[in-house]
Parts: sequence; structure tokens; C-alpha cells
Amino acid sequence: MTERMIEVQGLTKFYGDFPAVSGVSFSVNKGETVGLLGTNGSGKTTTMRVLTGYMPPTSGTVRVAGHDIAADSLEARRHIGYLPESVPLYADMTVAESLRFFGRVHAMDGASLALALDRALGAFGLGDYRDTLVGKLSKGYRQRLGLAQAVLHEPEVLVLDEPTVSIDPVQVVDARNLIRRLGEEHTVLLSTHQLGEASSLCERVVILHEGAVVAEGHPDAIAEQLHGARRISVEARAPAEQTAAALGAVPGVSFVGPSVLVEEGVYAFDVTAPLRSDVREPIVEALHAAGIALRGLGRSSVDLEDVFLQLTTGGQEEADA
Amino acid sequence: MRNAAFLAWKETRSYYGSPMAYVVSAAFLALTGQFFVSGIAELLPEASLREVFTPMTFALILWAPIVSMRLLAEEQKLGTLELLLTAPLRDWEIVLGKFCALVAMLLSIVAPTLVYVVLLYWFASPDGGPVLTGYLGLLLYGSAAGALGLFTSSLTGNQIVAGITAAVALLFLTLASEASDLVSGLPSTLLAGLSLPAHYTAFVAGVIELGNVVYFITFIALFLFLTTLSLESRRWR
Repeated sequence: MTERMIEVQGLTKFYGDFPAVSGVSFSVNKGETVGLLGTNGSGKTTTMRVLTGYMPPTSGTVRVAGHDIAADSLEARRHIGYLPESVPLYADMTVAESLRFFGRVHAMDGASLALALDRALGAFGLGDYRDTLVGKLSKGYRQRLGLAQAVLHEPEVLVLDEPTVSIDPVQVVDARNLIRRLGEEHTVLLSTHQLGEASSLCERVVILHEGAVVAEGHPDAIAEQLHGARRISVEARAPAEQTAAALGAVPGVSFVGPSVLVEEGVYAFDVTAPLRSDVREPIVEALHAAGIALRGLGRSSVDLEDVFLQLTTGGQEEADA
Repeated sequence: MRNAAFLAWKETRSYYGSPMAYVVSAAFLALTGQFFVSGIAELLPEASLREVFTPMTFALILWAPIVSMRLLAEEQKLGTLELLLTAPLRDWEIVLGKFCALVAMLLSIVAPTLVYVVLLYWFASPDGGPVLTGYLGLLLYGSAAGALGLFTSSLTGNQIVAGITAAVALLFLTLASEASDLVSGLPSTLLAGLSLPAHYTAFVAGVIELGNVVYFITFIALFLFLTTLSLESRRWR
């Protein structure tokens, strides 16, 4: 049986009269990396703040590593490493002092703390900045330090709130690699509104919208389930109408999307087919028979963006298009 | 307890890493030194610190908001409070750590004034009792003012607001005894009972009255308790 490291059940949190989160339930198994996906104000941060014991739920239960975050808060908090979105740090400490401080906060001491400190400095590439004041670090290094602080005490559960927001693209790649590595040893729950990030880092996503879970599962599975179909991209050198007609005649193809001019004389199409039929080979044959030069063919990568828009706007966008 | 101790250590370290610590200490010493000099250079000089202790309490009322205002307000503003509150620390440990740091800072600004005592003993033979009780009262006074400042610091993320609120509250508690003379009956008794200086005068005279000690201890405990509640209430907001 898989061990559930995070278990959220019927979580509701009101700020005054405003329900920031209502009836949210999901769980994260040991070793999994799960993404909380949602637009700003969808309840991601609130969910994480309840989960880390920063504030109690209005109703519902949250268990971390088997400990109830409300009833057994201190014990639950011992198992969590948390990096808030703002990456709060003490600017007047050096990198080593800062790490040492958060080690002590988590009851580490002496030799074990020194060992963990060296390990963290090495793992996060902070060795050269050991004695640098935190206030002088670049944003990317602040992010690294924030992550290092969160994992120093080897927590079983890592909670990262928008870990790659507000750093430059190179550093984002860097941070994602670090997170991927952390995901190998820890149970990770991270929030993001970057869909690409969610599908590249997470085995599963939980999509929040207006404080409620609207979808949960593997990004590809969610997309296919939502479309009820699979999409295939086709690129061919021929007049657009001719290709569209040929594609439309292929048995199993239910819909041919509008053409997109790729280069002089070459058009791309998105073709939709039912989930369980693979129409790629029939397409190759049909285009060949029609004397159309096929330039490219493949499964359309799951467009999480579409899924997201459809889920969060109730399919409005799709209907309008 | 261990948690409170290293939180206090962190705070004290950060305080002495900033120039503010030295500016505040120097100002405190300059101000009280002035009163020491005028006290012993009077027409009928007295080998005591009587003339210094009361001005010192005024200086402490300025000192307390300045050093306490950042203690929790800054953690809120930086967001580091979120890290502390989600760490396996009890709220009271955080408050106690901050308060212990305040007491350490208080000791460090009061300690240099012992030079006045040395000078007194060098040139005269003062009565040791009132000096001792005066200092004891001073520490209680400063700790109480600091505890109040810590509380106002917990209420907001804005240091200036926290500092001004503490200064106004301390000014009120200082002037309460004067105000009590202006009214009569219960309000007068209440005002006098609340007044910080009214509970200090006996210490300067060399008398430790249980009531005064209880007043300061209760004052400190009350504000530390309120600060803890205030931190807890952040969780409910």
C-alpha cells in the first residue's frame, strides 16, 4: 500500500466571509511530485499555508506524514520543508549563518548540522557564497538558498510555493533541475501557474479554480479526458484546401483544424481523432495516394494551456473558437 | 527553552551587527552622563545616582520603541515570520526568544553606566543599597517598556507604526501619575496604579516594595502573553 504523505480532505478556508478555498480534497503519495495548478487567486497559496500549519483550516482536515496539522501541529511541522512564494530570508546573515539558523530551528545541532550544512552548500552550488551576506545574493541564488533552507533538515515532505516565479529563464532551468533532483528523494507538492513547468516536473497535477479542485491526474490524461479525443499534427506541402480535404476523408478523423502556414507552400493542421484509434498510418497512406508531400506527422503535445483555459473558463474559450 | 535561547542569540547578533546598536548606546550614555554630571556638580552634591535614575527611565521610554519595533514587524514584512510559524517552534518560544534578546540589549546599554558607580565610589562613599535597588528597578522598567514594544511590533508589519504606538502608550503610562493628580476618585486611583514611574520611585529611594515588583512582573507577563496571542491570531486571520 502506498503511503500517503499529504492528505487533504474537504479543506475549506474562509478569510472573513470570503471562501478562499472550499471543499478541496487531494492526496500526495510518498515519493510523488504533485503540482498545484491554478491562476492567481485560485487558492494555491492558501492551501499551502494551511498545509504547512501557518494557519488552521476553517473546516476539513489536513494530515502530513500521518499527523493532523491542526491537532498535532508541531509534529506535522517537523516533517515539512516549506519555501513560501516570496522566498523570505534574513538579509543580514551570511549564507552559512542562515542555513545554520534554520537547521537549529529544526532541532539540528553539532556535527549533524555541520554535515547537513556542507551537504546543502554543495548540492545547491552555494559553496562559494558560504560567507556572503544574503542581502547581496542575486535572485537566483536567493532561490537556491531558500530551497536549501527548506531541505536542510531532510524533511519527508517539501512544499514549494511558486518556486520558479520571478527568476530569469536560465535560473528557472537551474531551479527546475534542482527540484527534479529533490523529487527523487522527497515527496514534493509545488504550486505554479506555469503549465509547462507542471507537466515537466510533476507526475500529477491538481488544478484549482476559484478555491475548488476542477481536475486531478496526469497532465496528458486530463487533456485527453477533457477533449475526449487525441490530436495529431500534420504538416504537408500542398495547397491548404487540398490537404484539408484529403485529411477529412481519412476514416477515423473527426475534425480537421484550420490550416497554419508554416513556410511557402507548407501548411500545418491539427487533426482530431477518437481516443482509441490511431489514425497516423491511414493519414500517411491517404496523403500519399493524393500525391501530397508529407513533411511531418506526430501526436500533438498535450496542450495544457488549452486544458487549463477550458477548465477555468468553463469551456467558454473553446466554444467561442 | 533551547529554541527561545537560539532565537534570542540570532536577534542579539543581528542587533549588534547594525550601527543602530552603537548609536542608541552612545545616545543613552550621553544623555544619562549629562544628568550624572549635573547631579554631582550641584551646590549640594550628593554621592548617589538618585538624579540619574529618573532621567534614565525617560531615556528607556525612548529606547524601548526604537529597539523593539523591528523585532516582529520586520519578520512580518520580510515574510520570515511565515518560516518561523511553520517551523516546529511554539509561538511562546518565539516571543520569549525576542524578549530575552531585548533584555540582553537592555543590559548592554545599562552596563556602561556602571562607570558612574565606579566614579562615585572613587571619589566618595555612597550608600550601596539605593544604587542596587535603583538598577534592579531600572531593569524591570526597561524590560516592561520592551515587552510593550514587542507587543505593538506584533500587531503590524510596519515598524514605524509599531514604534510610534509603543512610544505613545509608554508616554501615557509615564504621565499617568501626573494625570492622576488632576482627577479624583476611582480614575485617579486607576491612573496612579497604571503609572510606570509611580512604581519606580521606591526603588530609587532604596526600597524594594513587593507591590512594585509584582506590578512590573505582571506588566511584562501580560504583554508577553498578549504578544503570543497576537502571533496566534495571525494564524486565524
